[in-house]
Formats: sequence, C-alpha cells, structure tokens
Amino acid sequence: MRALRPSVVTAVAAVAALTAVTGCAEKSDGKGDGAVEVVATDDSCEVSSKKIPAGHVELAVQNKGSKVTEVYVLFPDDRIVTERENIGPGTRARITAEIKAGTYEIACKPGMKGKGIRQTVEVTGGTAAARSPEMDKAVAGYRTYVQAQADETLPKVKVFTDAVAAGDIEAAKKAYAGSRIGWERTEPVAESFGDIDPKVDVREDGLEDGQEWTGWHRLEKALWQDGKLGAEEKALAPTLYKDLQDWQKRVGRADITPTSMANGAKELLDEVATGKVTGEEERYSHTDLVDFKANVEGAERSYELLKPVASKNDAALTASLDKQFAALDALLDKYRADKASYDFTSYDKVGKADRKELSDAVNALAEPLSKLAAAVTK
Amino acid sequence: MLGWGGAGLALGAVAAGGAVAAVSPGGDAGPASDGGAAVPFHGAHQAGIATAVQDRLHFAAFDVTTKDRAELIALLQEWTRAAERMTAGRTVGGGAYGGPAEAPPDDTGEALGLRPSRLTLTIGFGPSLFAGDRFGLEDRRPEALVDLPKFPGDNLDAARSGGDLCVQACADDPQVAVHAIRNLARIGMGRTAVRWSQLGFGKTSSTTPGSQTPRNMMGFKDGTRNIPGTDEAALTKHVWAGATDGTDWMAGGSYLVARRIRMHIETWDRAPLQEQEDIFGRDKGEGAPVGKAKERDEPFLKAMLPTAHVRLAHPDSNDGAAILRRGYSFTDGTDGLGRLDAGLFFLAYQRDVRTGFIPVQRRLAASDALNEYIQHVGSAVFAVPPGVRDTDDWWGRALFA
Repeated sequence: MRALRPSVVTAVAAVAALTAVTGCAEKSDGKGDGAVEVVATDDSCEVSSKKIPAGHVELAVQNKGSKVTEVYVLFPDDRIVTERENIGPGTRARITAEIKAGTYEIACKPGMKGKGIRQTVEVTGGTAAARSPEMDKAVAGYRTYVQAQADETLPKVKVFTDAVAAGDIEAAKKAYAGSRIGWERTEPVAESFGDIDPKVDVREDGLEDGQEWTGWHRLEKALWQDGKLGAEEKALAPTLYKDLQDWQKRVGRADITPTSMANGAKELLDEVATGKVTGEEERYSHTDLVDFKANVEGAERSYELLKPVASKNDAALTASLDKQFAALDALLDKYRADKASYDFTSYDKVGKADRKELSDAVNALAEPLSKLAAAVTK
Repeated sequence: MLGWGGAGLALGAVAAGGAVAAVSPGGDAGPASDGGAAVPFHGAHQAGIATAVQDRLHFAAFDVTTKDRAELIALLQEWTRAAERMTAGRTVGGGAYGGPAEAPPDDTGEALGLRPSRLTLTIGFGPSLFAGDRFGLEDRRPEALVDLPKFPGDNLDAARSGGDLCVQACADDPQVAVHAIRNLARIGMGRTAVRWSQLGFGKTSSTTPGSQTPRNMMGFKDGTRNIPGTDEAALTKHVWAGATDGTDWMAGGSYLVARRIRMHIETWDRAPLQEQEDIFGRDKGEGAPVGKAKERDEPFLKAMLPTAHVRLAHPDSNDGAAILRRGYSFTDGTDGLGRLDAGLFFLAYQRDVRTGFIPVQRRLAASDALNEYIQHVGSAVFAVPPGVRDTDDWWGRALFA
C-alpha cells in the first residue's frame, strides 16, 4: 500500500456510524421537524434539547451572532463526530448524523477559533442508525467476507513464512503473491487498524525515520533483488505471521457501514490507480497484477453486497458499474492463461501502451464507483 | 512559424457576450467584466477559430474507448452542455460544492471565482473515428480529412500524435483552460481516455491585425500576415468548409492540423543574427521583410534567400494557399540533457488539408533553412464540425444524423 492517509474507514471506525453532513443552506425555518435547534451567538451556544434519541440526529443551526461560526458534535475525548464550518452571521445550516447512545458535546466556535462554547448532550436509546434490513444484510455479508479472507490467508502466509524461515528462496517466491491476496482484497478494513498495515505492508519509500522495515515487501526485496535470505530476514518471517494473526483476530470486529463499504471499494481502486498500475507496489517481484486483481475483487464484493440498495436509488449508476467491472475483469483476464489461477503476467513485461489501457479501464470504473456512497445513503 | 499573406487589415473585435450567471450554490461565476468576458458558445462556426486569439491553450486529444455509438453520442451531448456552461464562466453539473457530502462534487472547483476569461472550446474529429466499422461513420469521412503524409525530417512520437477526438481550450487564464479540459476528461472517463495533451502560452499568431504581432520562442514576430478573424471573405475562401465542398455535415466547419514542433533552442541561440534573419526572411527587431522598412510592408520574396522560411511559406510560393494559424509556444520543462523542451505547438485551420497545410509543409520540409533548428515531433489532423446552433444542438450532431 501507499503511505497512509486517513481512510474513510478509519474515520468511520472511530465514529459511531455513518455520518452525513448536508451542505445545503437551510431552506425552511428549521422548526417543527424533530430537529434539535442550535442557536449560536458571539458568546453563547443554546441547544433546544439536552436529551436526544439515538439514531438519525438533525441539528438545525442558526447563527444569530456577528461572527462566522462553526458547530461541532464531539466525542468526550474531543474526536469529531461531525462538524459544519463557515456558518455566516444571520444564516442557518443543517447538520445530520447517525449517532449512537452516549455522552457528547456540541460546540459553537464563534470566529471559528478556539475550543468553542460547549453544551453536553446525552444521546439515549437503542441502536444507532435505524438501518434498513437490506443494509444490515450488506454489512453482515461484508463482515463475513472480510473474516473469511483473513481465515483463508493465514495458512497461505504460513507456507510463505515457513519457506523464508527455512531459507528456501524458490518456495518463498512461489508462495509470496498468493499470500497477499486476502489482504489486498480487504485492504481498507485492514488499514482501519492503523498499527498493522505499517508492520506488514509498508514499502521502503513509506518508512518513517527510525522505523524498522518489516513485512512482505522487505522479504520481497530480499528474495528478488538481493537473492538471499540472511538471519535477519529469516527472523522477520515469524513476525509477519504473528502480525497477520493479529489482523485475523481483529478484522471481524472492525466498524463497517454501508458508506465505509462503498468508500472502501473506491479506495481499492485508488490503490490500483496510484500503486499497482505504476508498478510501484511490487517493484522487485513484479507481481502487481495479482494485487491489482485482488483489489478489484474486494471492490466488486463490496459493490455486489450494496447493489440491491444502490440499484433502487440509482439504476443508471449500477448499470454503469456492472459494465465497467466486467470490462476491467475481461482486460485483466488477458494477462493470465487460466482464469482459475492467479498466475498473472509479470508486470515488467507489460508495456507502456498496455499499462495505459489498464489505467484507462481503472479510471472508467473508479469514476462511477466514487458515486456509490451517495447512492447507498440516499 | 509558417508565414502567410492574408488579406485586409481589419481591427479584430473581441466578441464579448456578457456571461450573466448569478452567484448560486455550486459557485457559478458572477457577471463577466471586459477583461474576463465570455465568448458566445453558439453560432454558425465554432468559437476558437476566428475568435481573437487568447493568451493560453490547453489542447487535448482523446481516444474513444467505448464501442457503442449511442454512448459516444450521449458523451458529445454531455460535453456540449458542459462546454456551454464553462465558456459562460459557470460550473459543470451540480457545481463544486453544496451537493451530497458522500459524493464527489461534479465540478472540480479550481475555476471558482475566476471569470470566463474568453474561454473557447472547439471540438474536432480525427480520421480514426471514421475507421473500420467502429461507429458506422466510414462513408461520412470527409475527403478533405486526409491522413497526413510523412514529411522529410518528421520524428513523430506516436504517444503525442493522432486521436479520435480533440478539444482545443483557449482562454486568457491558464487555470480556466486547464479546468475545462480536466472536467471534460472526467465526464468522458469510461467512454474516452486522454491520449495526449499540450499546454501552450504566448500565442504565436495574432488573428487581430490591429494588435502587436506576437513573437515565437525564436524571438521573431510570427503571424504578421495571418488571416484576420474579421476578414469574412478570406475566412470563407480559405478557412470554412463550404456546403458544396462534398461533405454536407461539415458546411461551416474547418480542418485542423496540429503539429508539436520542437525547437533546438540552444543551437538557435548560438546562430549569428544575420543567419537568423536570413533564415526567416525578416529582421529581428521590426519584423520587416528583407529589403523593406516596416513589419507590414509587402514582402518582396525574390529579395529573400530561396530557402527563407517566409518566402517558402508565402501564398505566392504555394499557388495562393493560405491557412489560419492559431499556434502557441510551449515549454515543458527540460529534457534529460538540460535542454529546454520548447517550441511551437502549431495549430492551423483550413478549408481543405490537401490544398492547405500539405503543399506548404511539403515545400518547407524539403528546403526550409529553419529545419536545421526544428523538428516535428507530434502530429494530428481533425475535422472540426460547424458551430452549435443553440441549447438543443450538440457537437457533431449532423455527423451522426
């Protein structure tokens, strides 16, 4: 993977559940529709209700002050649940979010500075977002998928790490790419645990000062570039296995929402566009197309699970996604003789024109995929 | 780069249509003032040909990736609507902000707050679009849209040549031109892919004789005798395809030749002044033809060397052939040897490539003294359809009728 950026999954994992902020200016007077009213001035922040039922929460904000203000909903540790900036004097704004039970603070920041004027609110009651059964089914299906990927990956990793530990270069090379497929399919979820990815999937260029280089790519370099496995490399093999066991244990408990699934699918395509198409990810082994395929499969799985809902909200979008997934899969199939295997052409044998064709096909899919999240939150 | 005689000296007037777009969610621009006025998008001819040349260029060639004719038509319709909005200084689709938080905004946003800046968007169709049975356009290919022959000295990079479609974006603000191409490219993803693109600055040919003639990267005034965009008679004779020219859907259109001409800047800069002036056939300071005093004096070709650029390119040396040049300088950083990757991105519009660019370039490629200092490294040719009439019309509708 590339240097970490705050992934949508991470954000959502931290947040209670899916958070939607509408950016439109308030049209009505904001009253009488169950919204919590927030009246902000230059020195006060009044909230109409301190007890709010959990689930879909709407804040109708009115800035009666003379300064531009911001309104935040914050966890007790000041992490942001949701926020709205740039609410001008005399204007209204509406903020919506899915919020679980718990204690939160609403903060108004006149002048958009400082810690703001705060009000504590209790969010009470049952489940978070009253999600449709269809959505629950999609999330449950994806959770099962993510866990299965981890469960199936560990034995493959074992073959790889055992070969490395034994100093068997040929066997290790053979097992390398296959041991990464489950990880690559579900990478956005794995990345939501900020501590695992840098241990197992960091590239040399992604290291911070003083960070020890461990994981797959360190061994990839030893196998393909150095052509030898010393004591240090051999010792890294059990570490990789242990770190991935940690992933296997935790991945099923990740916070997953329809939005994070949709954004995760888009992120997998981003991974392909910025790392795999360029050949940066597997620069020594040139097994980029294996990762590429796995990324696309993971995105496709998310999409298939969300499709029943998305197709109702935006049939044209799902028609386009069906078509572009099929086109990209067909294009990738040109690079393997047997559709049942993950034995893809070495990426250093893929010329400039073919790489551009792959890149164009990724763009063709990623562009409509970027609209999937909105189609499942309508 | 190529010099022509054009007729007449009329003052070019900038068509300044008021872009009247109120500020609205999504960030449409406010009313345009003169400096950043809007050029009307609709008309009998596409804007961006006879239009007074703007300062900046972003030119993009696209491959059509879809095989579906209906999808291609839908794209051209979407592009036309987006072009109408952008040339008026407005955002595409639902704007750059204010939409659903979970979705990327339709417009990329970098032109927010900028004026229309005389943005013109001009589309062209390349020979490959008509090829085979791709879109059923085989018998619609104009005879005037010929594949360019290989000229001596050409060193064409396939990655910078050709294209099924092109869009020429010209504006006085580079950010406005780039924003336009970027958003069209994005709308096209899945149906088109950018094949190559070129940024240009410092217009090298004026279509407004009243204004100062611009200089090319070699330091010489270029385009003194270009066809003025205001000379209807010359445009009708040399630039616009006629209804009787053999291709009905092209009436009011034109044919565009694009050439990326790399200049060997460093060796040129070492050439003595006399050699430089002999090569062009004009003096460097005033731009006057050999033996004359003023830039706009009628050139006396026989006073020039037989290999002088102006002499070879002049209509009198080419059976009256004249084309409308609209090129830009480019500088794409430096090459691996520390040399400026610079030159002329040559754009020329004409009624027929066979009687316009080809005979002139044949002559130049064979004997132009300038060839020692230049190399043609990219090449493309396009049929540029007539203008979009109104908001129901779209780019190339007659072609697909």
